[in-house]
Amino acid sequence: MDARFTRGKSPVLERALGRPRSELSLAAFALLFSELVQYCQRRVASVAELQTRLARLGHHVGLRALDALVARERPGRRETKVLGVLLFVKGPLWRALFGREADKLEQANDDDRTFYVIEREPLVNTFVSVPRENSSLNCAAFAAGLLEAVLGAAGFPARVSAHWHKGTTLMIKFDEAVIARDKSLEGR
Amino acid sequence: MSRSPGRKQENHKISRELFVLTYGALVAQLCKDYEKDEDVNACLDRMGYSIGIRLIDDFLARSAVKKCRSYSETADMIAQVAFKMYLGVTPSVSCSSATGNEFSLILDKNPLVDFVEELPAERASLCYCNLLCGVIRGALEMDRLKGDAVTEIGITFLRKPEDRKHRRNK
Repeated sequence: MDARFTRGKSPVLERALGRPRSELSLAAFALLFSELVQYCQRRVASVAELQTRLARLGHHVGLRALDALVARERPGRRETKVLGVLLFVKGPLWRALFGREADKLEQANDDDRTFYVIEREPLVNTFVSVPRENSSLNCAAFAAGLLEAVLGAAGFPARVSAHWHKGTTLMIKFDEAVIARDKSLEGR
Repeated sequence: MSRSPGRKQENHKISRELFVLTYGALVAQLCKDYEKDEDVNACLDRMGYSIGIRLIDDFLARSAVKKCRSYSETADMIAQVAFKMYLGVTPSVSCSSATGNEFSLILDKNPLVDFVEELPAERASLCYCNLLCGVIRGALEMDRLKGDAVTEIGITFLRKPEDRKHRRNK
């Protein structure tokens, strides 16, 4: 980048966007995530609120992860079709963030707005054990918030929620406008 | 015990971006919840402490190091083994007191601030990496190095790259 424009700015902005230099240990992340969940738990009154808080934190992460990732994985090309962005999420995005691809990507039988990303054992839940009274809690709400932010920022606004089904299922419900746009693109 | 074929037992690594961004989200949430920087710093330190008391078990299990015989050995161990294992960087250690119980860990490349440009003006006294201090404090206390383990963080701007100094008093 031309030095005229970045003089005085921090060196972070001038760094090249290469492959990530190193990977960190899972234990470090798991402990950090556990602290995060405990912190949220202390400030909420219900499981639903806890999931919302986790989703909000995931949102924060997703927004910032997308740009760097797209620049690295798909330089110069932006996904414009729903299927394209979903395959990007299932493959490169999941691999870059969680170390492996998501297990399955499915579409709902009766609804063309709804898709499912299925993982038997999501990374964020690796060391999470949920007590019986909180059994509806799924900490993959963090991943759901992350995915919602990524899809929204990529131009495919949707609602994403985490469910206990075949392991963990992230249910993605796109806005009507997105599907309508996709259909009209197909028509061309 | 049979293992399902899809499960990778050796895959104990995660992407650095995920960790760094998650930490950033946590700090941002804390800043929203607490008005004062001291509260945020205290909260980060407490969280780091809880992490540290559990991290030490994982560290000892995975590194199988011998018992450290002196404070300087401990400081070296933290810098060269533990930091490398968990954050992928190796800070340099310098001893800053005659009695040999104060050390500084200087991080040239702090992974936690990979995506942080600068702190907003109203958060000038926020110690972004206070979690690390808590972690070190917690880990050492659990490892039978009890006492007045007070960890202090100071930010010193030396040359262009930003160095973070962790000072450990015993």
